[in-house]
Amino acid sequence: MGKLTLEELKKLRESKQKEMSLRDTSDKNVHIIIGMGTCGIAAGAKDAYSAFVDELAAHNLGNVTVKQTGCMGLCHAEPTVEVIMPEMPRIIYGNVNAQVARDIVRKHVLGKILVNDHVFDRPAIDIVEGGGN
Amino acid sequence: MSVNAIADIEFSSELTDFITEWKEKPGNLIMILHKVQQEFGFIPREAAMKVSELLDVPLAKIYGVATFYHFFKLKKPGKHNIQVCMGTACYLKGGQDLVEELQSLLGVELEEVTDDGEFSIETVRCVGCCGLAPVMVVGDEVFGKVEKQQLPEIIAKFRNR
Amino acid sequence: MNFKQYILVCGGTGCESSKSDEIYRNLLSAAESKDVKSDVQILKTGCFGLCEKGPIVKVLPDESFYVHVKPEDATEIIEEHVIKGREVKRLLYDTSDSKANKAMENLDFYQKQFRIVLRNCGVINPEDIDEYIARDGYAALSKVLSEMTPDDVIAELKISGLRGRGGAGFPTWLKWNLTKEVESDQKYVVCNADEGDPGAYMDRSTLEGDPHSLIEAMAIAAYTIGADYGYIYIRAEYPLAINRLKIAMEQARGYGLLGKDILGSGFNFDLEIRLGAGAFVCGEETALIASLEGERGMPRPRPPFPSVKGVFGKPTVINNVETWANVPVILHKGGKWFASIGTEDSKGTKVFALTGKINNSGLVEVPMGTTLREIVYDIGGGIKDGKKFKAVQTGGPSGGVITADYIDTPIDYASLQKLGSIMGSGGMIIMDEDDCMVDVAKFYLDFTVDESCGKCAPCRVGGKTMLHLLEGITKGKGTMDDIEKMKKIALGMSKASLCGLGQTAPNPVLSTLRYFEDEYLAHIQEKRCPAGKCKDLTVYEIISDKCIGCGLCARRCPVSCISGEKRQPHVIDQEKCIKCGECYSVCKFEAVSKK
Repeated sequence: MGKLTLEELKKLRESKQKEMSLRDTSDKNVHIIIGMGTCGIAAGAKDAYSAFVDELAAHNLGNVTVKQTGCMGLCHAEPTVEVIMPEMPRIIYGNVNAQVARDIVRKHVLGKILVNDHVFDRPAIDIVEGGGN
Repeated sequence: MSVNAIADIEFSSELTDFITEWKEKPGNLIMILHKVQQEFGFIPREAAMKVSELLDVPLAKIYGVATFYHFFKLKKPGKHNIQVCMGTACYLKGGQDLVEELQSLLGVELEEVTDDGEFSIETVRCVGCCGLAPVMVVGDEVFGKVEKQQLPEIIAKFRNR
Repeated sequence: MNFKQYILVCGGTGCESSKSDEIYRNLLSAAESKDVKSDVQILKTGCFGLCEKGPIVKVLPDESFYVHVKPEDATEIIEEHVIKGREVKRLLYDTSDSKANKAMENLDFYQKQFRIVLRNCGVINPEDIDEYIARDGYAALSKVLSEMTPDDVIAELKISGLRGRGGAGFPTWLKWNLTKEVESDQKYVVCNADEGDPGAYMDRSTLEGDPHSLIEAMAIAAYTIGADYGYIYIRAEYPLAINRLKIAMEQARGYGLLGKDILGSGFNFDLEIRLGAGAFVCGEETALIASLEGERGMPRPRPPFPSVKGVFGKPTVINNVETWANVPVILHKGGKWFASIGTEDSKGTKVFALTGKINNSGLVEVPMGTTLREIVYDIGGGIKDGKKFKAVQTGGPSGGVITADYIDTPIDYASLQKLGSIMGSGGMIIMDEDDCMVDVAKFYLDFTVDESCGKCAPCRVGGKTMLHLLEGITKGKGTMDDIEKMKKIALGMSKASLCGLGQTAPNPVLSTLRYFEDEYLAHIQEKRCPAGKCKDLTVYEIISDKCIGCGLCARRCPVSCISGEKRQPHVIDQEKCIKCGECYSVCKFEAVSKK
């Protein structure tokens, strides 16, 4: 896409928002989001990232996207990972090493069971998606 | 020293292009010194002289700037430069102990290079990973929550790499 | 298998000690006996914070937040909540005492944090502009360019009450307005991303997590003051942040959100990255400008202020990363919304890097007016290893310590200043009983002396002299005169130094003297370091009653100054001892004392 006008920016925003709310029904309906700021990477986020990719490939899970994000602020629990998928609450996992990453794929994504001892709480409400208005 | 001797150092074409691109921009000196250090790992005297010649700024000014900022090194560091964070959180959690242990393991003082040229140690200001204190950086790799006992293993990992 | 509900039992150390484990087991057996084991998954989780309200149990997907749960409550949670679908009202957290909640009346949430600056951090992919746009990114810029005059923007900022987050807290609208009012052929906007406070990393996290919010804010400022070019001055030590900024700028240019004729409005703006090179003094505006111009980063006397004569002699607005990151939200949601959060004189939120001897170190953003206690205990989960809270240091090398007596102080610019500290950029370092306050003061002063540019004598000479005195005290060579001398030097430095670095450098010393004079006296009069941190004043001795003569310490001693017969108590030769503490840490029988 080239340079945007006001109108085009608005349309782009609407279509992207729609895309995100359609997460449940599109063919890529599971999202694994890894905190990859400097701290996260120092704590081993890259190992977790490749473990996710490996394990997803091993189970032929084409409906899952793995992507990076910035720091979630839970420095004591790095690396941190959020999992968003249909019929499951949004969950933030902490202290995710390669083994825990594999567990998340097997238990959470495939078995729909949360992984014990690694669930952390969201630190704040989201002011963009409706909170705080 | 003759004028010819000044140019007695090779700059990669990337560095030369960078200098050409930035030459006319105001306030370019720090950016160019960063690029020089990126290429050589430090700022060799010959390189400073060449920059002085290329930009037509006095060598004294280049040294004035290079010595003012902690980031610029005038001495060649070891192949693996070990940076121990001395931010407040790391200091409180034993950063100093790591420095002392590294000094005794490698047999060098701060900002010295081991005889084989493999390692050097320096302390740095906060690298911004305070949540993982104490922190040290080797090359591009950041190590968090470092304990003294892990140091031999970390050194071994980089030796001969 | 698919569970209908999930019960999360806090497994943080605080909750653990108040029987969260028993709650967990009781919930499991209640679910079993009521035959709902396949409907609900029961888990142990990481610390929720709010430890004073523990043990905590949270039920998903209802987001019910139960506090002060007792093991005997387990059956009721299973019977009422899981089976009948009714929340156990008496256990629910009363959100009415939360600061953030008070600000937003019709909202109900238990979190102590409220994220404006960090709204996108940890949510979007920072390398994808579309995700930023989907979350109202560049909506503020659109609104400003199509509907607002520069005066409208200033008015909105004034309503918001936003003050600079870099330290001094200067009103942002005023800063912008000063530059706007100056006539000039060229003006600049600058982002100060040279986060120099050792112990602060909120700017790095913001840049790494949400680079576009900075670009958007700077474009808005440029439009407001009449600039068409900006600089981001960033630490060279932050390669990831630099890289993500570069990607963001490239993507913004691709969409025409940087460059010529932005969004068809006729407004031009572009940005350039300039690297810092590790000089704390460059946090000072005039020094930053000198550095940006490629010179030694030495401060210049003010006036003229940067708003009139800044980068390359042109009028310039400089704000730090956190200040910038607030701007798009203020213009999108309105100044009034922003002003509803915080206290009378300090609006909005503040991001802190909570580190040191704290259980949940992390990046926290709280509404202004939140108390230190809420941050340390409710968010931070208390002090590590069950030790005693001693002090919290804010404001880095320019700030001071706040002690346990003042832990209920609300955080705002004025309250912190009254206690002899400052808001600063947001480092918040927790210290416990093992930290020596004289040593901490020495640490900070050592830092500022090293970072002094040397231009003015009060800072150059005063700092060095004071550091010399402090070193003497930590070595047991201090005298009572030293304290008076330090106070005098401090006064001279704060009155006569050219810039903020020198003026504030004595703060850590003054502040520790104010609250921990007894520690200074112990070092000077008794030649003793109460925290056992100052090596020259520490004595290691072997307690002969406890020593079994295993010889481990003797083998590990780097200077071989421990001797003794096998299976007989050993002795340390104090003459040779270098006080490395190795014997103290290796002894398995607690037979080495440290005094």
